[in-house]
Amino acid sequence: MRSDQVAPADYFHKVVDCQWACPAHTPVPEYIRLIAAGRYGDAYMINWQSNVFPGILGRTCDRPCEPACRRGRVEDEPVAICRLKRVAADFKEDVRERMPLKAEKKNGKRVACIGAGPASLTVARDLAPLGYDVTVFDSEPKAGGFMRTQIPKFRLPESVIDEEMSYVLDLGVNFRHGTRIDSLKGVIDEGYDAVFVGTGAPRGRDLDVPGRAEAAAHIHLGIDWLANVAFGHVKKISKRVIVLGGGNTAMDCCRSARRLGGEDVKVVVRSGFEEMKASPWEKEDAMHEGIPILNYLVPKEVKHIDGRLTGMVFEKVRAEYDARGRRSLIPTGEPDTLIECDEVLVAVGQENAFPWIERDIGLEFDKWDMPKVDPVTYRSTIPNVFFGGDAAFGPKNIIWAVAHGHGAAFSIDALCQGRDVDVQPPAKGDFVSQKMGIHEWSYDNDISLQRRLKVPLRDNAVALTDIRVEVELGFDTARALAEAQRCLNCDVDTIFTTPLCIECDACVDICPMDCITFTEDGAESDLRKRLSAPAPNLTQDLYVSSPLKTKRVMVKDEDVCLHCGMCAERCPTGAWDMQKFSIQLPRAGA
Amino acid sequence: MTYLPKPKFRHPSIEKNALGLTHRDYEGSISTLCAGCGHDSISSAIMHACFELDLPPHRIAKLSGIGCSSKTPTYFLGNAHGFNSVHGRMPSVLTGANLANKDLIYLGVSGDGDSASIGFGQFAHSIRRGVNMVYIVANNGVYGLTKGQFSATSDKGAKLKKGAVNTDDAIDLVTMAIHLGATFVARSFSGDKKQLVPLIKAAIDHKGPAFIDCISPCVAFNNHDGSTKSFDYVRAHNEAVNSLDFITERAPIMADYDPGQTQQVKLHDGTSILLRKMNADYDIHDRVAAINYLMKHDVAGEIPTGLVYLEDEPGDMHDRLNTVDRPLNELTDADLVPGSAALAKINAGLR
Repeated sequence: MRSDQVAPADYFHKVVDCQWACPAHTPVPEYIRLIAAGRYGDAYMINWQSNVFPGILGRTCDRPCEPACRRGRVEDEPVAICRLKRVAADFKEDVRERMPLKAEKKNGKRVACIGAGPASLTVARDLAPLGYDVTVFDSEPKAGGFMRTQIPKFRLPESVIDEEMSYVLDLGVNFRHGTRIDSLKGVIDEGYDAVFVGTGAPRGRDLDVPGRAEAAAHIHLGIDWLANVAFGHVKKISKRVIVLGGGNTAMDCCRSARRLGGEDVKVVVRSGFEEMKASPWEKEDAMHEGIPILNYLVPKEVKHIDGRLTGMVFEKVRAEYDARGRRSLIPTGEPDTLIECDEVLVAVGQENAFPWIERDIGLEFDKWDMPKVDPVTYRSTIPNVFFGGDAAFGPKNIIWAVAHGHGAAFSIDALCQGRDVDVQPPAKGDFVSQKMGIHEWSYDNDISLQRRLKVPLRDNAVALTDIRVEVELGFDTARALAEAQRCLNCDVDTIFTTPLCIECDACVDICPMDCITFTEDGAESDLRKRLSAPAPNLTQDLYVSSPLKTKRVMVKDEDVCLHCGMCAERCPTGAWDMQKFSIQLPRAGA
Repeated sequence: MTYLPKPKFRHPSIEKNALGLTHRDYEGSISTLCAGCGHDSISSAIMHACFELDLPPHRIAKLSGIGCSSKTPTYFLGNAHGFNSVHGRMPSVLTGANLANKDLIYLGVSGDGDSASIGFGQFAHSIRRGVNMVYIVANNGVYGLTKGQFSATSDKGAKLKKGAVNTDDAIDLVTMAIHLGATFVARSFSGDKKQLVPLIKAAIDHKGPAFIDCISPCVAFNNHDGSTKSFDYVRAHNEAVNSLDFITERAPIMADYDPGQTQQVKLHDGTSILLRKMNADYDIHDRVAAINYLMKHDVAGEIPTGLVYLEDEPGDMHDRLNTVDRPLNELTDADLVPGSAALAKINAGLR
């Protein structure tokens, strides 16, 4: 893409790789700068505005921002964005005073949110301060949904959940806990102006192999088992445990099992290790706790003696890819593997289930039995019923649920205020020069050479004995500062003003990354071949000026720009300036 | 001046030369010249030329006098030898250094004040003596360090920033250099690296006095309307006689050129210069015609650039002095002192 072919707000939003990759578009560099400045409360509030659950996400987020981080292309590893978020949550002062006030006057519109997970609570957070009368229903006694029941306490302490739930519920949200909704029609009939369904993907996929039924007493569905662990219904497990599945739930299962008496815990996956769905760091954490991950093994049979589980038989497979890159698992022909065990946890996937939604109320389902939901407005085929989180598009993770919640709240607000739900306003960008003096910028443009810091962990000897002891200790403030300084401030953009340029080449000469070229204009594919340094990364855009006096254009490859501001410092005419970009996305009430 | 050092990170797929060095290994410390100074572009061109020629930085000596231009050697080739001499005395120091160790590559970096005023005689004699060097003048037509008075290369009629008009004639260093016997003479422009880098490469390869007059706009004091050394003026009046590629065996030029418009000049060491002629009648080997051409275009207010004059079989000071092949600084007492027997023989011859 070329900068001259797209709206500035969209172009520069994409330059902030982390913010662009974040489903909730959290302004990452902005809060990292605040962390570096020791302003943890401010950093927390910026997060809270965007992603609602900074303390929870700072421990559990799937971090789509980190693989996108420009630092990962400049050196090996991205900034530890996720754990810096936790720093903001850990070291903030009391922020309760800074939360929005309860609406003084209700606006007369009633909204029902079904399920008290991240999606519903985001809807409630966005709408309640605007005067909406928001009621959140959940079958459990406490809010949080899967964040509370599925994520083990050694990763996410209950106190963090309680705190961040209260920030939302204290906005004047009517929380009807312990209330299971058995009929969507019933809710609709209560005359709400809008209904939001955020009920997650609550059903664990099961295994269908010989012996499964007979040994059922020793085989548990992962998500149900984790919930039972979370509520204290399950306090121990046998010594030899097999966890089936390669996702993050499987990682939570195996690590929980290690803490409940499992001494010989193994994870067995069908796919190869690399293709596992679990995040790399969650796999690392599991292996760090002495849990082997065995791959390319497909469950074939459950072995038991009169219903007492003795082991599982697996067929060895290898991956083959067809011309279109689709994988199939082909048996290798080697003898089957028997792994002895006493209990099995099945974490091979989750499914949506809507037995409580009547099929004759006008809500259409697709061929996978998922409700038809508009991916932008989150509206179903009933005009005032919206979906979000896992309930809308299947299992994802918390940050996606938050993003859906923001989007749905915007649509609900539009609906209730009589605007066209299907019209999305364009994002607005704001640019502020960071120039303070000839060589002074209001951001720290000195590029740190610090490598990525590891988060200190509690010793296994302690961590593995108590399932409620948090494993990660989090960064201390000194480490947080060092890690924060690794951020390249990608939101401080190099802005070029063509008429001011005298084509002196100073920026070309000084750029440490050879990003800038002055050359004859051409199509993007042609330009990419004529730049100072190779520009093979097509996901990164070219910043192209209008023609200069010599009829050439300035082309800057965004790929590995350090945002160090050297071009602007060496520019004699101010044609280059470093300007902080911020974006206002469509949000309810904004 | 820039306060922060240039970040250490470099492009992940940055090109390396035969020595395994990147162009960033040819950098010096960060420039303290004004932002946008043409001199920084010349420094950059020198770095790129040395990088492309695979030159080990420690085999290069960079010498300069006083002035903005003479500050620049600090900003390139941090691993080369350097000498900041007295104002205008760079040519003498360079000549001496070259006499002592002819194996180094000598880069003399000077300015219009340093070479056309206080060091004019030094400039003349180093060229007249045929010192094997690259003599680059970063020519901006003003004394930048003293806030922009006219220098000796300012054109008659040119205006200062505040309106004062130059009433004196300008010294044209290119004409002077040809006249004094330089065997490689070029003029270029800091704003045109495509022309400048190959010129510096060819000049470094040239054995003999190679002179490059490089117009280098002073953005602080001489880049306004009425200046004849501003970016806009030079771009508007640039009359390039040719542009060139410097061809080594390692990096042959693959592009096809129109044979009527190109001329390959083979050099003694197997390298060659591929000239793309802008002016079909211009002969770079004709010294008299070159001076004629320069003066004619000067009168017309044009600025001829490119390789203006080249002598194919140049010689240098060491050839003229018939020195030994080994650098003089490597000669030991055993080489230099003939011994008492030889002395006795000489004495006997005088008796």
